[in-house]
Amino acid sequence: MHFTINGQAYEADPDIRTTILDLCREHLGLTGSKKGCDHGQCGACTVLINGRRVNSCLTLAVMHQDDQITTIEGLGTPDRLHPLQASFVHHDGYQCGYCTPGQICSAVGMLDEVAKGWPSHVSADLSGSVFTDGEIAERMSGNICRCAAYPNIVAAIRDVADQANVADRKEAA
Amino acid sequence: MKVFEYERPSSPEAAARDAMPAGASFIAGGTNLIDLTKLQVMTPDRLVDISRLDLADIQDTADGGLSIGALVPNSDLAADPRVTARYEVLSRALLAGASGQLRNKATTGGNLLQRTRCYYFYDPASGCNKRAPGSGCDAMGGYNRILAVLGTSDKCIATHPSDMAVAMRALNATVVTLKPDGDRRRISIDDFYRLPGDTPQIETVLEPGELITAVELPPVPDGARQLYRKVRDRASYAFALVSVAGVVTMAEGRIATAALAFGGLGPMPWRDPAMEEALIGHEPSTALFDAAADVLLADARGHGSNDFKIPLARRALIASLRELTGTQDQ
Repeated sequence: MHFTINGQAYEADPDIRTTILDLCREHLGLTGSKKGCDHGQCGACTVLINGRRVNSCLTLAVMHQDDQITTIEGLGTPDRLHPLQASFVHHDGYQCGYCTPGQICSAVGMLDEVAKGWPSHVSADLSGSVFTDGEIAERMSGNICRCAAYPNIVAAIRDVADQANVADRKEAA
Repeated sequence: MKVFEYERPSSPEAAARDAMPAGASFIAGGTNLIDLTKLQVMTPDRLVDISRLDLADIQDTADGGLSIGALVPNSDLAADPRVTARYEVLSRALLAGASGQLRNKATTGGNLLQRTRCYYFYDPASGCNKRAPGSGCDAMGGYNRILAVLGTSDKCIATHPSDMAVAMRALNATVVTLKPDGDRRRISIDDFYRLPGDTPQIETVLEPGELITAVELPPVPDGARQLYRKVRDRASYAFALVSVAGVVTMAEGRIATAALAFGGLGPMPWRDPAMEEALIGHEPSTALFDAAADVLLADARGHGSNDFKIPLARRALIASLRELTGTQDQ
């Protein structure tokens, strides 16, 4: 099978049952994505497929050979941090760090969804609402942190969102 | 996970034929199927990948309604301007479900067909007549907090976990399918799901290989108020204990039309025409809403850990009707 991950071409011959998560971790040495629950309940495995955040534990590698896959490794490096990575460091948005790659990939996807004008469960107005911290918490609810770093995770995401003027949407009437 | 053959047919017609044999299963978003195959709750020996078929359009229909392709992801459906403008209850229901990651992958068809989250269905060591016909139901007399109080049988008390399907039932959706022999049919969502009876393993009227291609929604009555109310243990990322999808119109201070569907109460999104009849033509009042709840819950039966759902459903219905009739301050 062939894959495009972080802009790079990979060849691999995994068992047909292999998920994207296990492909990355066990076959390609991309261990940034984590296996927290393996059942789509914790979000630690979140990656971006064609720019959309998904749980990589719940999708088969064989189904994504024609897609652009982005893992945490593709978002930034120690020498060139992604703005969200830098913000998580600055705001102390983690303790053990296990959920962190998934948090960051998920936040990248989430901010893109906000920029597209997608409403959320807590949006007062489906066609445009204020981007509150409550919106961040709701939109990030698929990423669980056992260390409870949530306040700083929200702060880290808020900082990047504000700086990027992500929430350039009309206020609720 | 049991090993499987993998096929990626290039057309819906080929997909329907590929999925005819027993043991074959369609896979689209995969967010429920792969979860279940990891646990060997489901053990398909052939996966028919339909995820790239051209079934992901949303289109206006001639009667002012909407046609939703079976492969439209839940996120895109919830955010579509036609849905947020005309079918608010559907957008609200979708946004109330799952997580952002799951909504990005889950599809319209898959959401309708998702399996129960009953703990005993999920546990291959437990007796479950749905997973293994004839093995008994350990949920009865077990921890059945999330399970059904209406529409159950002595074989099964499972609930259907979807939010989207509840909204679609309140919206009188039609499920459009393609059979392996090329025939197409249109199935009202009212007739799509089956009660468990003696065969809880058969959940829908779909035949082997029958592929959902679209869901069609008729237009909503002019001036209708729409609401989705979800009661659950957490503010996000949790299934409904009880949910209500409502579409109500008023005329001269009286309820003119009322479509109300319920999640968390039964083996499929639950709707009670007699309850709706009891509302129509009357002025809204708590007494009226209480009487409607009496009709809805007349045959409701708890199983030990889910008895609370009965008074909870009453309160959720009354609160929803207050909002839908604009009488929440009375």
